Amino acid sequence: MSELNLTAALPEIFLAVAGMLLLMLGVFRGNGGTRLVLWLTVGSFAVAFLMVAGMMGRNELAMGGLFVADAFGDFMKLLALLGSATALIMSIRFIEREDMARFEYPVLILFATLGMMLMISANDMLSLYVGLELQSLSLYVVAAFRRDHLRSSEAGLKYFVLGALSSGMLLYGMSMIYGFAGTTSFDGLAALTAAKVAAGEAPAIGLIVGIVFLSAGLAFKISAVPFHMWTPDVYEGAPTPVTAFFATAPKIAAMALIIRVMIEPFGDMLAQWQQIIWFISLASMVLGALAAIYQTNIKRLMAYSSIGHIGYALVGLAAGTEEGVQGILIYLTIYIFMNLGTFACILCMRQKDVMVENIEDLKGLSKTNPLMAFALAAFMFSMAGIPPLAGFFGKLYVFLAAIEAGLYFLAVFGVLASVVGAFYYLRIVKLMYFDEPAESFDRPIGREMSLILTGTTVVILLLFLVLGPLHDGTALAAASLFEG
Amino acid sequence: MLEIGLGHYLTVAAILFTLGIFGIFLNRKNVIIILMSIELMLLAVNINLVAFSTHLQDLVGQIFAMFVLTVAAAEAAIGLAILVVYFRNRGSIEVEDINMMKG
Repeated sequence: MSELNLTAALPEIFLAVAGMLLLMLGVFRGNGGTRLVLWLTVGSFAVAFLMVAGMMGRNELAMGGLFVADAFGDFMKLLALLGSATALIMSIRFIEREDMARFEYPVLILFATLGMMLMISANDMLSLYVGLELQSLSLYVVAAFRRDHLRSSEAGLKYFVLGALSSGMLLYGMSMIYGFAGTTSFDGLAALTAAKVAAGEAPAIGLIVGIVFLSAGLAFKISAVPFHMWTPDVYEGAPTPVTAFFATAPKIAAMALIIRVMIEPFGDMLAQWQQIIWFISLASMVLGALAAIYQTNIKRLMAYSSIGHIGYALVGLAAGTEEGVQGILIYLTIYIFMNLGTFACILCMRQKDVMVENIEDLKGLSKTNPLMAFALAAFMFSMAGIPPLAGFFGKLYVFLAAIEAGLYFLAVFGVLASVVGAFYYLRIVKLMYFDEPAESFDRPIGREMSLILTGTTVVILLLFLVLGPLHDGTALAAASLFEG
Repeated sequence: MLEIGLGHYLTVAAILFTLGIFGIFLNRKNVIIILMSIELMLLAVNINLVAFSTHLQDLVGQIFAMFVLTVAAAEAAIGLAILVVYFRNRGSIEVEDINMMKG
């Protein structure tokens, strides 16, 4: 337990050192070096990605048991790094055009990603909290990064206040758990709850109160209903590449966190927390489907869409089984590609050098820019869950897991909600293909943008070809979480 | 003479925590009050942690409280910085004025 075992945390240590070096480089080069710092940050993400990929399949503790490196964590870290790096590449042109090219931007994203990797690997309430705060504090700043824009600073302020509130709830839950269990270590808590269940005793009421507060705090971070109210405002107000980042990597990390906390220390208390997850999953699916219908701003629409997606992913957690967790991993893998692709399209929505964000602006896109219209249509069909596109398989796996766990109502309701949700996704396709063209978007969109759009479209269209390896990989990752 | 035990500390912490939450939601005047309420919530958690720590004869709770204090300081700094940026753009920090985006 008391071993340091630093090699297990090598990717994190590398990123931390790289972050500090890049900060120094930025200070010496000034804002003229933003592009250099940005590409070096992407390079650091690539190196960390390769390091994590190379260590795949390990299962070891580090830092005296505060840090765990297992296949589940490694899989989630790969997704988070991929999301961060792509979101950063997408933002290059935007930050230069919109006059927010300051070198702190990539460095803050790097520290946020470091926080995500720490919280994915947390094996103790203390490391969970510190990792989560490192991520959140960086995110508050990037949300308000366009400091001369009212919307951006308002988004940052709202995100900060509600994020701090959720941290407070999370901490209160942790303090109750600590008091009634006597430990903050996940392994210690797992042993304790297992012993209670084996002895046939009910868990202490204080412990359950703690779990309720903890899950409320975590639900804030994944923006699940009823703690979702910050999401639309922050997504709309934050600069678009920051929104693209918010919708991908932090969601993955927070989902990894809630899965690990529920399954590892409290896996034996499934009966106690299942109802909470069941409810927030159902409510998120319904709200994500209904509230998005009336939106006119595409970033706001994506916020409600992401609330809905989190609801579908949580169906797998409500099942509480290995298949359920595997379903979430597949769902999140697909989710990150769909979202990155859609936000790449949104970032290309510019008319006469001004960003536009209304859904109406997409009218007749199939005539003015057929390739982009095709890509966006593929993402929309995939989000609606239409086979054979990738999004269908994500939903299939989580709903199958729910049915195997006997959650018939949740599965049926999920399918119904996704039918309602299909309405607004298909409306975008209708606008692009059947309406008269509005003003066309600026061309060219830039080489890195075309590359990201092509890549994500290919993944979404052809994912069913690699479903076998994805299935096996996620099965291994999910198994590593359950073996304890 | 009344013996002050764990229950009393937990009650105080629970009251402070609830006050903090109400301070965030009921206050219609000023964002600074929201920042104070957040601070109140975190300090209530610290009372909890330290009370449990002495009750359990276990140091982890006190170490945890140290970490919470440190992070709370960083959080307050960032919160105030964002508030200053917001004030420059809006010219007001009244809660009712934070309404650019709705729906």
